[in-house]
Amino acid sequence: MKKAIKHYLLRLADSSLTQSQRLAEWCGHGPFLEEDIALTNVALDLLGHAKLFYEQAAEISEQDVSADDLAFLRDVDQFRNPILTELPRGDFAYTTLKQYFFDQFNVLLYAELMNSQYQPLAEIAEKALKESRYHLTRSRDWCLRLSLSTAEAKQKIQSALDDLYFYTPELFETDDQLKQLLADNVMPDMQALKQQWQQQVDQLLQQCQLQAPTSGWLATGGLRGEHSEYLGYMLADMQFLQRAYPGCEW
Amino acid sequence: MKLYEIFIRAKSGLNHRHVGSLHAADPQMALQNARDVYTRREEGVSIWVVEAAAITASNPEQSEAWFDPAADKIYRHPTFYPLDEEVDNM
Repeated sequence: MKKAIKHYLLRLADSSLTQSQRLAEWCGHGPFLEEDIALTNVALDLLGHAKLFYEQAAEISEQDVSADDLAFLRDVDQFRNPILTELPRGDFAYTTLKQYFFDQFNVLLYAELMNSQYQPLAEIAEKALKESRYHLTRSRDWCLRLSLSTAEAKQKIQSALDDLYFYTPELFETDDQLKQLLADNVMPDMQALKQQWQQQVDQLLQQCQLQAPTSGWLATGGLRGEHSEYLGYMLADMQFLQRAYPGCEW
Repeated sequence: MKLYEIFIRAKSGLNHRHVGSLHAADPQMALQNARDVYTRREEGVSIWVVEAAAITASNPEQSEAWFDPAADKIYRHPTFYPLDEEVDNM
């Protein structure tokens, strides 16, 4: 059970960390000053969520590891995030839509995780939910704004939707370990969550007058450590300092 | 994008105070940007945003004509009354 919980904590932590890192890449490159600040603000919130999950994972770990070790010293095949969160940041419409999918997922997930039988997870979810609710308001408003403004903006977010849509089912993927956690009421039923998520997404896409693609390559593998080529480059960037100067602090 | 003026209430009971301005395409975006730009370090509990163009301001060039005459009319200030000691902060 402990092993399965650690596996799930890493799934959650790695998702927030990679999403945060992609957002942080906008620092100094945002479309305008205010949005630059807002994007990195969300990135910091997500980093905070990742930290809480990693700390809990480190605490129950059999080896003597810290949260930093888990974030900075694991390799690609040990990361458990879905491929969605490691995809390059793309243009602003792409980042916005990716963020919306992620926020909508987290808001529903954390609301359920607050009832987890595993108390530390329930407590983290309660904290994270507040921030994720705000993130969702922001990313949803931006989706509407871009979709309903100029033809160019609409075309960009439609093309982001075409690219990203089939990466989203992976968010709800489970494996034998997670099924055990569902049976023990540690985590919610991901299929039920998927239905709620789909309902919210369909509603927004309709308001945005966007068309979801009907077929495409279905992403899978993150939970097994099978990732896209993008994650390696991201980790090279993100982990460089700890790898080159082990234990370095500032 | 339009310019918005941002007002923040530091804690409940206090007035909203002007803290600065920012750019946004619409009022919702202005509110959200204000939240991220001006309240990241617990500076507030409530935000108002006002489109800068909606503010009618006095003309700085006329400030002498408008405000100087107040300076030499000391009898307009309620300073000639003894106050009870219990009345603080007047």
